[in-house]
Amino acid sequence: MDIADFFIQNKEFIYVVILSIFLGVEMISNVPAVLHTPLMSGANAIHGVVIIGAIIVMGLADPNDYLALGLGFLAVVMGTLNVVGGFVVTNRMLEMFKKRK
Amino acid sequence: MSPFILEISYLIGSISFIVGLKMLSHPETARRGNIYAGIGMLIAIAGTIFLYKNSEGQGIGNIPWILAAMVIGTVIGYMMAMKVKMTAMPQMVSFFNGMGGACAAIISIVEFNAHSGHPEKGFLAIVFLGLAIGAVSFSGSMVAYGKLDGKVKDARGNMFVYINNLFLLGLAILIGIGVFNPDMFGHSLIWILLAASLLYGVLFVLPIGGADMPVVISLLNSFTGVAAALGGFLYGNQVMLTGGILVGSAGTILTVLMCKAMNRSLMNVIVGSFGAAAGAATSADGDKVAKEINATDAAILCAYANKVCIVPGYGLAVAQAQHTCHEFEKQLAQRGVEVIYAIHPVAGRMPGHMNVLLAEADVDYPKMLEMDDVNPMLPNTDVCIVVGANDVVNPAAEEDPSSPIYGMPIIQVSNANNVIIMKRSMGKGYAGIENDLFFRNKSRMLFGDAKDSLGKLIGELKEL
Repeated sequence: MDIADFFIQNKEFIYVVILSIFLGVEMISNVPAVLHTPLMSGANAIHGVVIIGAIIVMGLADPNDYLALGLGFLAVVMGTLNVVGGFVVTNRMLEMFKKRK
Repeated sequence: MSPFILEISYLIGSISFIVGLKMLSHPETARRGNIYAGIGMLIAIAGTIFLYKNSEGQGIGNIPWILAAMVIGTVIGYMMAMKVKMTAMPQMVSFFNGMGGACAAIISIVEFNAHSGHPEKGFLAIVFLGLAIGAVSFSGSMVAYGKLDGKVKDARGNMFVYINNLFLLGLAILIGIGVFNPDMFGHSLIWILLAASLLYGVLFVLPIGGADMPVVISLLNSFTGVAAALGGFLYGNQVMLTGGILVGSAGTILTVLMCKAMNRSLMNVIVGSFGAAAGAATSADGDKVAKEINATDAAILCAYANKVCIVPGYGLAVAQAQHTCHEFEKQLAQRGVEVIYAIHPVAGRMPGHMNVLLAEADVDYPKMLEMDDVNPMLPNTDVCIVVGANDVVNPAAEEDPSSPIYGMPIIQVSNANNVIIMKRSMGKGYAGIENDLFFRNKSRMLFGDAKDSLGKLIGELKEL
């Protein structure tokens, strides 16, 4: 049974996934509407963590495999854009709330 | 020792995401939360570059190239994020989201090309799903970006619903074939899947109205989260997994919350039946006439009021009138008029966007009141000024059960003694329905661009 094997081999991951889902839902459920936009932007920055995958792709690519190198390069650039842009934009939004606290 | 340090850096990253996201959901701690998450991300990235080793003990190579790519990304990302105007924030978020999606899709392509022999079904399923979700998120986000930027027009039609569902089915079948019968297409499958996913992303977002884009962006945001989590599965990488899944689930809940604030179901937004259903409910009365008011009279009305309530909406955001609006508020305050802002949960381009815009213009935070706090005050309010808002003040939401927006909570401006509505024309709001408010006895229309009209009011106030 493929599915049973997959489940047993990855059971830790499956636990992490399920617990993270509940955590995410719990955390966001009571957020005031004022923060919807900054929160979406902040979450947007966090999924930029995909850049780690891009670094691994690029880092393990055979230096003669130009397709993998080129794609990896592109992926790292885009991932960085997501991370840096995401955090900076969120910070700019929140800066405005901060001023008069 | 180094694998241990790497795992610790991932643990720190994961915890910083959880704590950061939690802090982001409270106004006082939000900014620090964002910074914590950013620091956690930096630690996880640095750990990966210097300490990562795959199962064969091979470390990260091509480091100069990686650093070069990161420098390029940082410079472009930083400049774009710093230069963007506050009113253009939503499309900026959409753009960055698309970048993350593309990144996830590319990872899948490279990993698929790198495999040899007969890989496990689990591996294939993760790679194909990561590719499809990432690519849909990328192309969808780009269309959403184009729409909010005014570069892509809405394309409505029931036809899209059928085509899209067929397409989705086709994508599922393609992935199924890829997983269970990988020899059927061989290596070209990944490119077919990429093209189909990109196309689906475009078709998915194209028929959805421009004003619904916030919901779509939030949804695509959670898609990218899932794509990142699939990458985490692929590499057995905990920080990608936790970060991705957190965003996936939090993003989905946020999407639902946004829909709730508009009293619409997610299905309704995606299928886009709103415009079609609205057609039947309108055109009941065609012969009503709205009364106009000129800037002088409007200024006098406000100047001698005790309490003025400003209801900002999409029109204020589009006209970028937030600074003028604040100036107007200050002029009134100088004359001893009490001014408050009534912010509907979905006013502006995104929930919470109006607060960000007004905060940018230095409006005092305590003056921005939420709908539920404002409504009881309105009967004691002398003048209510609606600046470019429409559906969020439409009494039909409370009075007309046949209206498509019936049941949506609104700001009850018709309870105020006078209502001035600033609008460009008698056109309908994005819901495409008539607003009875404009024809009521207490209502007066002040036509023109929100910024121009407010500017004229300021001028008149100064001369009084």
